[in-house]
Amino acid sequence: MYSVEVKDISKVYGKEKLVAVDHVSFSVNKGDIFGLIGPDGAGKTSIFRVLTTLLLPDGGGATVEGFDIVKDYEQIRSRVGYMPGRFSLYQDLTVEENLHFFATLFGTTIRENYDLIKDIYVQLEKFKDRRTGKLSGGMKQKLALCCALIHKPTVLFLDEPTTGVDPVSRKEFWEMLKRLKAQGITIIVSTPYMDEADLCDRIALMQAGKILSVETPAHIINNYGDLLVEVKADNMYELLKVLKEYKKALNSYAFGEYAHVSFEKEIPGDFLPFLQQRGLSGIFMAPANVTIEDCFIKLLKS
Amino acid sequence: MPDKKMRTILFLLQKEFLQIMRNKSIRVMIFVMPVIQLIIMPLAADYEVKNINLSIVDHDHSTYSAQLISKITASSYFKFAAYNQSFREAFILVEKDKADIILEIPVNFEKDLIKENKAKVFIAANAINGIKANLGSAYLASIIRDYNMELRSKLIAVTRYNPVPVIEVPSSNWFNPLMNYYYFMVPGILAILVTMVGGFLSALNIVKEKEVGTIEQINVTPIKKYHFVIGKLIPFWILGNIIFTIGLLVAWLIYGIVPVGSLLLLYVCISMYLLAILGFGLLISTFCETQQQAMLVMFFFMMIFILMGGLYTSIDSMPNWAKIIAKFNPAAYLIELIRMVVLKGSGFKDVLPHIIKLGIFAVVLNSWAVLNYKKTN
Repeated sequence: MYSVEVKDISKVYGKEKLVAVDHVSFSVNKGDIFGLIGPDGAGKTSIFRVLTTLLLPDGGGATVEGFDIVKDYEQIRSRVGYMPGRFSLYQDLTVEENLHFFATLFGTTIRENYDLIKDIYVQLEKFKDRRTGKLSGGMKQKLALCCALIHKPTVLFLDEPTTGVDPVSRKEFWEMLKRLKAQGITIIVSTPYMDEADLCDRIALMQAGKILSVETPAHIINNYGDLLVEVKADNMYELLKVLKEYKKALNSYAFGEYAHVSFEKEIPGDFLPFLQQRGLSGIFMAPANVTIEDCFIKLLKS
Repeated sequence: MPDKKMRTILFLLQKEFLQIMRNKSIRVMIFVMPVIQLIIMPLAADYEVKNINLSIVDHDHSTYSAQLISKITASSYFKFAAYNQSFREAFILVEKDKADIILEIPVNFEKDLIKENKAKVFIAANAINGIKANLGSAYLASIIRDYNMELRSKLIAVTRYNPVPVIEVPSSNWFNPLMNYYYFMVPGILAILVTMVGGFLSALNIVKEKEVGTIEQINVTPIKKYHFVIGKLIPFWILGNIIFTIGLLVAWLIYGIVPVGSLLLLYVCISMYLLAILGFGLLISTFCETQQQAMLVMFFFMMIFILMGGLYTSIDSMPNWAKIIAKFNPAAYLIELIRMVVLKGSGFKDVLPHIIKLGIFAVVLNSWAVLNYKKTN
């Protein structure tokens, strides 16, 4: 059973016919954490706005919890929780007032659904009389999540919830998402961070309005296909330059403290001598663990 | 379910009030602006022209010319600027802005008056300040006419001729017998005040939610469009009434203006008007994307509302096309309504046509705002 089904959706903006979403299709299983992974401008926010009935698609259609996003938008609005990428609660209201306000708009009360937000809200409770504008970034994020959850939605849309949040808060945030998943809520989350992709059940890799692949993270990694090695040298800058000149490698790019180099099947015998010949010293080479980022880079290249 | 709807609207109102009361500049605007404006503007915007600088060129130097001059300078309207030998000399004073009007009395003024029964004087006014020039020469002409009258009746009395029938046209100003300009200006400024505060606050409000992004969060809720717009309308409607009340108090305490007509009727007028002007503000709000846009658009309309609303220049004396524009200016109706009720004591029947027109404005503008406020695009 699918919670969200997207069929061939397109969205074009303005007179310049800027294509933001280009014939995108995917479906999300009930109770999954589904990740839309891609750089800025890939079309993630447009898809979110279409699915939360804020934007009409120019082509194609979609259903959320079995309801059509155009015809049954009212049904969808009461079942969906949406946390926009930009913090959009009332900064001049206090934490409690914001929560209270959104609970009322959905025709419910804080008390009625308190157990759903309890884990998150306890961390906010000591600031409940503080104006939202004066909260730290992580706290704002938590409050926004509470407000999106207060009406007990069955599907939660989170648009780049961890952008601009510190690593500790990011980790905490994902812990919270896992707990929500355990309560049976379907979560669709977008992020530009590849390392968060592993935390999703299934991910869609997006680029320039198109979906490159929809799979489980493990499946994507297992299907990488190429041989990936990490290389390090004393002069990393020189190394990256030299790697670009080595034509037998499929691809090479900086990856943390290493350079990742991909080959079709095996490392050609002349690879190391080539590097040494170019005057590089302190060369270290080992097979690398394939990550989503490597898969993404490969997809972009092809 | 109606119970739930009421609760939603009540909460929207509560939220709106919390936000308004926490915004310091709005607080100041609500309570300080009416007081300051009502104290300063009517005192400054005084149409009564006094202290007109008069320069006199008397070529005659006779008893009659001296009498005429003393009669003119005795009036409080004119201030004697200089006594010049020639018109050119006087004209230099006008150029230096030391004189506004020149009165030139020709040679043989007295002689002509007695012998030929008529004499001419020359009045030259500096028309750069149109009102001053117009009113000044009119005052001057009427003083001279007066003097002429006096003179003729004296001469006739001496010769015991057939009495000349004299038609005098006395005038009296109804509803404002002393032509007190405060009476005229204060109600009008009160109307402008309500227009400005209501128009700007409502125009900026929805746009602010767009700019800050909160509208996104509102739009995904099941809340109805008209609930949202009503939730915006009512708080400003209440604020408008508060401002109007403050204005009325200022008018009473400082200018001693007590409405001649019913206070209740006055509030009926202002309530209806507020619905119209707030609807207009909300409509602009739905069209704009940023507060700056909304501010500029509102400012454009505000200028038209105020300058073509009959506060400074009477609509009756405007050209026909301008009168048609004024028909679509809600502020013009309010200015007239307030003057009618406050000064004239008009009753419900007298103001009903205007109230109906304002009602049409309110319905059209608000429905348009609801339709134009898209939750989806």
